[in-house]
Amino acid sequence: MRLALGPLLYFWDRKTVLDFYDRVCTAPVDIVYLGETVCSKRRALKLSDWLRLADGLANAGKEVVLSTLALVEAESELSTMRRIAENGRFLAEANDMSAVSMLAGRGPFVAGPHINTYNSETLALLAEAGARRWVAPVELDKGSLSALQQQRPAGMETELFAFGRLPLAFSARCFTARAHNLAKDECDFCCVDHPDGMPLLTQEQAPFLTLNGVQVQSARTCSLIQEMNAFRELEVDVIRLSPQSQGMFEIINVFREVVDGYLDLQKAENELMPFMSAGPCDGYWYGLPGMSRMQCE
Amino acid sequence: MIKSDKIVELVCPAGSVPALKAAADNGADAVYIGFRDRTNARNFPGLNFDENEARAGIRYARERGVRVLLAINTYPRPQLWAQWTDAVRRAAELDVDALILADPGLMRYCARDYPELRLHLSVQASATNHEAIAFYAKHFAIKRVVLPRVLSLSQVQNIIQHVNVEVEVFGFGSLCVMVEGRCTLSSYVTGESPNMSGVCSPAKAVRWEESAFGRKSRLNGVLIDVYAPQAPAGYPTLCKGRFAVGGNVFYALEEPTSLNVLKILPPLIKAGVAAIKVEGRQRSPAYVAQVTRVLRAALDACQTDPESFALREEWLAQLDNVAEGRCHTLGAYHRPWQ
Repeated sequence: MRLALGPLLYFWDRKTVLDFYDRVCTAPVDIVYLGETVCSKRRALKLSDWLRLADGLANAGKEVVLSTLALVEAESELSTMRRIAENGRFLAEANDMSAVSMLAGRGPFVAGPHINTYNSETLALLAEAGARRWVAPVELDKGSLSALQQQRPAGMETELFAFGRLPLAFSARCFTARAHNLAKDECDFCCVDHPDGMPLLTQEQAPFLTLNGVQVQSARTCSLIQEMNAFRELEVDVIRLSPQSQGMFEIINVFREVVDGYLDLQKAENELMPFMSAGPCDGYWYGLPGMSRMQCE
Repeated sequence: MIKSDKIVELVCPAGSVPALKAAADNGADAVYIGFRDRTNARNFPGLNFDENEARAGIRYARERGVRVLLAINTYPRPQLWAQWTDAVRRAAELDVDALILADPGLMRYCARDYPELRLHLSVQASATNHEAIAFYAKHFAIKRVVLPRVLSLSQVQNIIQHVNVEVEVFGFGSLCVMVEGRCTLSSYVTGESPNMSGVCSPAKAVRWEESAFGRKSRLNGVLIDVYAPQAPAGYPTLCKGRFAVGGNVFYALEEPTSLNVLKILPPLIKAGVAAIKVEGRQRSPAYVAQVTRVLRAALDACQTDPESFALREEWLAQLDNVAEGRCHTLGAYHRPWQ
């Protein structure tokens, strides 16, 4: 089982991003997804910057995948995506059918978590288009994944989102700008002040969701480390960890040690706990509400 | 007689036979329906059609020149696959005018096993650009796309210029603030989402509590909103509650409001939309009748003489009267909303 660092979902300033990926070069992850998947206005790094980072990570022995936007509306977004599809060096991750359309027949690609792959017919379609790895939608349960695994096309790898705040929804509206009373077109890039998104609480002050620009995430952190043995049995190929500003390299090390068999699951859970600011959740995997926590029930 | 394709089609919701009749009697060109199960995105208790009702509804509609579209627009998981293919078989036997599909796998299945079926791409397929739409057109020969309610008017115009399929847009009804087909907020809280179960914020998860501070609405225990005594309370759709962000309590995602495009009807028609859709299969026959009547009048007026089309206050008042939150917005069509 390989470890992947998912694309950075938040907007960090340029230096923070460069420093972060500099450290990733020596961190024990096998695969690194790079690029902007949430908002095309975030341009602290241009595509050429991402490609330079990709070179550095590839030289450090990482498999690099260039991720693409999930919500694609503008022509400029389509043309950026086309440049990524035609980059000629690195794999691309499609997060919209427009990307699948551009990547189809061009060689292997990854069908990301925002492609609605819920059944084997869809997986077969993606395989025909050239997908060699797919990332399950976050709400898919263990039973469905198991059934999909039994019928997966030859050569298709399966990746699961196993740690991080869950990306739950996208909108045309920027919720961060709205919370700052700013119009989307004059947002001042206010999301840069929220390196882990803006917490949204209920009126009882319970952490509920996280606002990240046009994306809504869970407040709780999805953690499936206790299912690592089940992942092996299900022949899951890749485990995705989603970047956050606090403790990312400790989190990577914990997963690495579990994958390599040096750390037992209970200890691993305890070590992860400090890095889940609103607590853990894992309900989706068990067919329960995503916010729930099986281990406590 | 089926009406000409060159006229913008008014597509109205029918969650029951009486609602279907209300739509047909008040000027709908087409109605859309679903089976009584989770194969469609309005899987609410007491709604939708069994086969006999569908047959009766289709007969009633056809006698009045009204087309019937059937939505099978949720995403089947492997263990439940047969339920969705059975729905396709029943729809084919009923000879509906088109199937509205979202799942790429199910589209692949239909294009292979039922090539004669006319396919529309559901809003739940989240196709927000011409490249995505072209993919579905190329692989499954879809004839129409229903656009998600996240595009501005100019983006809608741009898509129409680039695609070789008909474009259907939402004209009135409750507003999803998220991209349809890409929202799992409901399953995060309740375990049931539009994609997998055909429901959002299901009624069985709703609890009302009376307290000294007013009425509280909860969804599977999560506080969605608090209403002062005497204040009107709305259904706790979870994206339309009031939450605390940065110390302020407000509608952090979206207010309870309805989409209403009457104000931009002339440019929409000029852009070349093929159909205007009304949301609301979960609403009453009275709602369907009222909204159909107003949109029929507005569409007729606009198509007869678009240059002198004037928005009538009584139309807006009649629509606001049945609208969620009793008010309306242009939503994403109007850039500042975003």
